[in-house]
Amino acid sequence: MIGFVLRRLAWTVLILLGVSVLVFLLMQLVPGDPVRTMLGMSATAEHVEEVRHELGLDRSLPVQYLSYLSGVLHGELGQSLILSQPVSAILFPKLLNTVILSVGSLLICLLVGIPLGVIAGARQYSLFDRGSMFLSLAGASVPVYWAALVVISIFALQLGWFPTSGMYDTRDPGGFGDVLYHLVLPATAAALVPTAVIARMARGSMVEALHGDHVRMLRASGVPERLVIWRHALRGVMPPVVNIVGLQIGYLLGGIIFVEVVFNWPGLGGQLYTSITAGDMPMIQSGVLFIALVFVLVNLITDIAVALLDPRTRKAA
Amino acid sequence: MSSDTITATGTAGPPVLATTWQRRSQFKLAMRALRRDRVAVGALVVLVLVTLAAVLAPWISPYDPLAGDPQLRLLPPFSEGHLLGLDGQGRDILSRLIWGGRYSLSVAVVPVLCAGLVSLVIGMVGGYLGGRWGDSVMRLLDIVFAFPIVLFAIALAAVLGAGLVNTMVAVGVTLVPYMSRVVYTATVQESAKEYVEAARAAGAGHLEILRKQLLPNVLSPLVVYGTTLAGLVIVLAAGLSFLGVGITPPAPDWGVMTSDGRQVLLEGYAHVATVPGLVILVVALAFNLLGDGIRDALDPHKQTA
Amino acid sequence: MSSRTGEDGSVTQPPRAEQPLLQVEGLRTHFSTEHGVVKAVDGVDFTIERGGILGMVGESGSGKSVTGLSILRLLDPRNSTIAGDRVLFDGEDLLTKSDKEMRAIRGRRISMVFQNAMTALDPFFRVGDQLVEIIQLHQRLGRREARAKALEALELVRIPEAGRRLSSYPHQLSGGQRQRVMIALALACGPDLLIADEPTTALDATVQKQIIDLLLDVNRELGTAILMVTHDFGVVARMCRTVAVMYAGRIVEAGDVRTVLERPEHPYTLGLMRAVPRVRSGVRRKSDRLYQIMGAPPVRAADAEGCAFAPRCPEAAPHCSTEEPPRVEFGNGHAVLCHERVASEEAGRVSA
Repeated sequence: MIGFVLRRLAWTVLILLGVSVLVFLLMQLVPGDPVRTMLGMSATAEHVEEVRHELGLDRSLPVQYLSYLSGVLHGELGQSLILSQPVSAILFPKLLNTVILSVGSLLICLLVGIPLGVIAGARQYSLFDRGSMFLSLAGASVPVYWAALVVISIFALQLGWFPTSGMYDTRDPGGFGDVLYHLVLPATAAALVPTAVIARMARGSMVEALHGDHVRMLRASGVPERLVIWRHALRGVMPPVVNIVGLQIGYLLGGIIFVEVVFNWPGLGGQLYTSITAGDMPMIQSGVLFIALVFVLVNLITDIAVALLDPRTRKAA
Repeated sequence: MSSDTITATGTAGPPVLATTWQRRSQFKLAMRALRRDRVAVGALVVLVLVTLAAVLAPWISPYDPLAGDPQLRLLPPFSEGHLLGLDGQGRDILSRLIWGGRYSLSVAVVPVLCAGLVSLVIGMVGGYLGGRWGDSVMRLLDIVFAFPIVLFAIALAAVLGAGLVNTMVAVGVTLVPYMSRVVYTATVQESAKEYVEAARAAGAGHLEILRKQLLPNVLSPLVVYGTTLAGLVIVLAAGLSFLGVGITPPAPDWGVMTSDGRQVLLEGYAHVATVPGLVILVVALAFNLLGDGIRDALDPHKQTA
Repeated sequence: MSSRTGEDGSVTQPPRAEQPLLQVEGLRTHFSTEHGVVKAVDGVDFTIERGGILGMVGESGSGKSVTGLSILRLLDPRNSTIAGDRVLFDGEDLLTKSDKEMRAIRGRRISMVFQNAMTALDPFFRVGDQLVEIIQLHQRLGRREARAKALEALELVRIPEAGRRLSSYPHQLSGGQRQRVMIALALACGPDLLIADEPTTALDATVQKQIIDLLLDVNRELGTAILMVTHDFGVVARMCRTVAVMYAGRIVEAGDVRTVLERPEHPYTLGLMRAVPRVRSGVRRKSDRLYQIMGAPPVRAADAEGCAFAPRCPEAAPHCSTEEPPRVEFGNGHAVLCHERVASEEAGRVSA
């Protein structure tokens, strides 16, 4: 197991390096000359050349990458073109807000998606099964931005139960109750699609588990259906379900970008949108890097958790 | 029992190759199963209707999708002459939806098709070569999987800039790793089977094996995946437009329309945003249902006939 | 058939002398499929004495496994119906029992072991915990006593280092060991009847022999009756006194193992016997080509008529595929379902 974790950690480091290369290369795709964009059309050719040299943009790509990487490792992500502040100073507080929203959303996914899928799978072909699977099929196709708007329209505008936006704005910043109050709607909107997918997958795993040979053996030994389902089959679906949840966190993070935009949630996604609109490339670059980083870590944790949950992989060194 | 069933008792003979004849009959079987699947047929009908509406937009669209009547702005749905109401600039929402299909469908379907072709090459060559080469190709793709798919598409689109072609490129490039992985896995699985071995033993060249033996068997998982993926991509591509990095206003893309509606939603006019979003949902759902149907139809275990 | 109830093993209830342990009468199991009703078991009768071993032989799809599952009522009621006159176990009809009563019988009075030892144990629970669960389910025992009994069960099936194996996970055991654990699970509560559904098929030859010897010992020492479901006449010859040959949901020939193996009467049994390679019969002649029954076993639709074997039968006459075959007895419990045997008997029976 320790060997597995070490290998997985080493692989994660490689992936992170790859991610940094990709994010770096992505910025090379920006059409036009970034310095020219920065300085405006009126700048003289010499001035442009000078700034380019200052920024190190006249060096070869590998050298530029290495200096970028060393900057990232030191927490120096450059300057925002628009806000003239260090990128890290802007993004780190936003990272926390995004994590809050993700965790809240994830809780909904877990508390709704898994029981829904497991119960549906245990009662295959029942009315509950058909109903919940139809809902989750539809739910899995929902555009997250649309869900956010619908949720606002119903629960904020018509019913007035929750605010439309404005975390940190309306009341005392930081109060837990206030955060929760602002969290409910965006977390629900972001959770919708992953919840539906998790429910569908959990159902599939459950159905499969209940068709297993060992379940037949348990039934032949007189084990009541209640224990067959809730002790044995449930234990068996945990590794695949955790695996699915890990993958779905990717969609969750993607969806959160939209949700933050719609709800004006002060997180990485909202910031990414603002930066995209303003053409603030260093900010975009680091925003993308941050979210990818979170996802890579989530994948790492998921893989280790899955391995721990299965005795067949747990014991194997 | 028909007379052509044979016992499994081992008589020596030539290895059974998957012949074109068998493949065609397999395809027929799948089509028959699909035709019997009412949900899949319904989904297909929806997709055909939406596509037809987009193609025939100049003839069936009741109004100009770009010209608005500010006097009547935000007219609610089911108003006289405007079935789905008017948007914030007084443009007919139904007409915009019909025209918008041209953008929203093509920006989803074209990238899936192109990425599918590219993936066939990458995945099949990688899977057929196998070993260290194939492995390294897949390891490189792993880096892309470190990004949430939506984030990757947004980043690419943001960098390339808005516009129809750029959006298609951004979406297509995003899809290539995902589709390649499907092709790669299928190729590796199929390559290990006896009939490929038999073809090789019979002296078939690499290209011939790839084209005649592997391609038909790799194609079906790709078609299933691509169809389901199209559902996701409809949502994703419209999402890019929603964020302003896809199709640019005033083009009546469904994502653009949802984004437009967002402004007036807070004023209490929900229909401008929710109606286009609902169309996206229905089309995405139709792709997903059709994908499920094709998958079931191609699955010989579920296919009893 | 002579019953072997001489010594009473761990049988919990005093054996009632004349009554057979299991008496199946007219068992019918039908599956509803997309293409109509399939008669998987179509009127099966047989009897197992206390401590007896009955071999049930047939090709896959003949209904032999479904018969075993039907006795314990383990089939999914959503797509199958079990009908039948009676399934008398120890004098009580299992078909009229409630689900709860059936659960108390499963694993306690009647146990079952399956073919796929590799997957039949829960991979997420230790061997000891799986045994303890079943033991505590049926007997009011404390954790420690149940564990002691679990150890006993493992020792009974002769697992080496049984004490250590209690804390092993299934994947840490070999195929033969897993099969033993499964048998231990089945025997842990001292059942009267063990239904063994191809328990040796997935194992290699030496392990197969060990498992058969183990089952024979269990039968001898504990007096556990066994319904041995298999496709292998070799297994039947080694284990059973009586045998029933199934084809398309019916027992087409039954009787004493010796008689049936040496003088099979039904054309299907004949074909099966000739399809088994005879290694022991010494030098093989060139003409000794392995026999092959043409065609495949049919799926019997609800409205099928006549003898199910007729389409593949070398002796089939026109009326075979239209009329139900009669039961023909040869004395000493040996019987077949066949038209042609009636005919040949009337014509002064031709020996096979």
